[in-house]
Amino acid sequence: MSSTGVGALRNIPGATYAPATENEQPAGVAPTEGPAWSNVKAPDARSQQSATIAITNGRRAMRVFFANPNALFGTGFLGLVIAVALLAPVFFPDDPLSMVGRPFLWPGQDPAFPLGTDSLGRDVLSGILHGSRISLFVGLTATALGLTFGVLVGAVAGYFGGWVDDILVRLVEIFQTLPSFVLLVVLVAIAQPSATTVTLAIAVISWPTVARLTRAEFRAIREKDFVMAARSLGFGHARIIFREILPNALPPIIVTSSVMVATAILMESALSFMGLGDPNVVSWGSMIGTGRELVRTAWYLTALPGLAIVFTVLALNLIGDGLNDALNPRFSQDR
Amino acid sequence: MAPLLRVENLTIGFPRAEPVRNLSFEVAQGETLAIVGESGSGKSLTALALMQLLPRAARVTSGRITFGDRDLLALDAREMRRLRGREIAMIFQEPMTSLNPVMTIGGQIGEVLKVHERLSGKAARARAIELLQLVRIPGADKRVDDYPHQLSGGMRQRVMIAMAVACRPKLLIADEPTTALDVTIQAQVLDLLDTLRRELQMAVVLITHDLGVVAQWADRVVVMYAGRKVEQALPADLFKDPLHPYTRGLLAASPRLKNDFHYRNGALTEIPGSIVSAVGEAGCPFRPRCAQARASCGHHIPPLTAPAPDRLVACPFTSSIKAVPDALALSH
Repeated sequence: MSSTGVGALRNIPGATYAPATENEQPAGVAPTEGPAWSNVKAPDARSQQSATIAITNGRRAMRVFFANPNALFGTGFLGLVIAVALLAPVFFPDDPLSMVGRPFLWPGQDPAFPLGTDSLGRDVLSGILHGSRISLFVGLTATALGLTFGVLVGAVAGYFGGWVDDILVRLVEIFQTLPSFVLLVVLVAIAQPSATTVTLAIAVISWPTVARLTRAEFRAIREKDFVMAARSLGFGHARIIFREILPNALPPIIVTSSVMVATAILMESALSFMGLGDPNVVSWGSMIGTGRELVRTAWYLTALPGLAIVFTVLALNLIGDGLNDALNPRFSQDR
Repeated sequence: MAPLLRVENLTIGFPRAEPVRNLSFEVAQGETLAIVGESGSGKSLTALALMQLLPRAARVTSGRITFGDRDLLALDAREMRRLRGREIAMIFQEPMTSLNPVMTIGGQIGEVLKVHERLSGKAARARAIELLQLVRIPGADKRVDDYPHQLSGGMRQRVMIAMAVACRPKLLIADEPTTALDVTIQAQVLDLLDTLRRELQMAVVLITHDLGVVAQWADRVVVMYAGRKVEQALPADLFKDPLHPYTRGLLAASPRLKNDFHYRNGALTEIPGSIVSAVGEAGCPFRPRCAQARASCGHHIPPLTAPAPDRLVACPFTSSIKAVPDALALSH
């Protein structure tokens, strides 16, 4: 078992393994950096050292994303909406639900109200700007909640499999068999409609999609060699789930979440349109809802907040598309 | 001195098959034990059983695995996790897919140290650079922030080795560590493993199907066939005087530089049939492929006998085979 014994075995007759290191030594080549033996021991490494270092995955994805004009437009428009939502109280410090002028002013009729007033004399522009706040709040918060819970459930189900998976999949299926919007209406009707309850209700109906997606990703990645390697190094389950598998499962989840925000905004609008939104807060959906009866005489009351919804949702979908192109490994050549 | 690892009568069962049967071997401290056999002989399953990482359907149905003074099969999941990576580590066949593609190599090496030695992020990074230098990666302080896709196969296998030896394990299981690499890189990686074995005083279980690797790097060899040990010897003895017909076939089927590298004087010999030939049959598992097979071979499985010190063979007719040299392999 001593090393001399090993050395003696090197000279066995019939041993066909040529010690390649001997032939590989570059005569007289002085390494420019690193320890002197590095090139001798690893000529494969030497060739890599001089090669141009490829850009990392993340930067490549960013480049693809921002080379896409649609994604760029989506990002720009979403940025504008976010800026507007943040600045709305600066432009219009008064309550957007208070009556400020003559009713039924058409857009452009009175310079004080560029987008006109509604049947009660409320400023439409102020309503749209303040409405973006509730739309974004509900969209982002509901998505964050649904995403967190969905990823947790999907990760646990996909990673552990077995009876844990069976139970969690049944749970997901229970939610999926119920028509989601009906469930949403029921949930909001039971709880008192407010921005918080609407957000929670939307999160409750949106997590199963994420859970299914995450579970599918985890089931595939669980079998990869690097997960086995991680287990062989003594990593615990939580570390393998969150540090090893989840980062690799993220691209499709990120893409889905951008569309989830759009869906949540639409759902909030639909609820407000039906009068199930928070009555004390103006939202795009509630503006359409109150303008609905006047659609033949004053169509701008439904069209203007409608356009705000259309463009915001479109922007989010374009971002989702762009992220899909940027993060989907099928489209990346250099990996 | 008590062996570091002792495997006794290990049997691994799937619901419908027993890919490893009654396998016993020992690994001494600081020794390299090679396990040789063709695909499907149960080598990799044995390795996974040592790590307690068998696939879900497989189970150790009988036998004992003793590591130091601990019975591995009796440890619970938490104790086993603490052992893995710290005292027993493993490197895998495929360096291209065995690293997490979205984490830097320094981060991955540091992760091991954070888990087992509770190092802080900064200390783990410093140790990761040291380990990269230990496995001869040039420019380690820059390479530490590289992602796996920026490295070649040989470099990735070096990173895998760095992760495996990060906590100075007593036993390193290398499951065909060089199969996926270029021939020139193979020798370097094996050389590195051997150097580390001596520097870190760890034992190595080297699983391979490459007899050249065995000849050069192993202290002892176990030849496996169909889940059983058919021969055990020192490499010098094995190459000079193979006893089991299967070992003789394996050696005859290896290309030799000295002889006829381009096979001008005839094709490389092969062992007829395949490893599945023996499924469901009684008796010696090699019998359907063995030129020396006799009627009695079908009755029972030949037991391991010790024809010489340090040697074991599972064939009762080795003396008669020796009397007719090359009768098996070179009959074509």
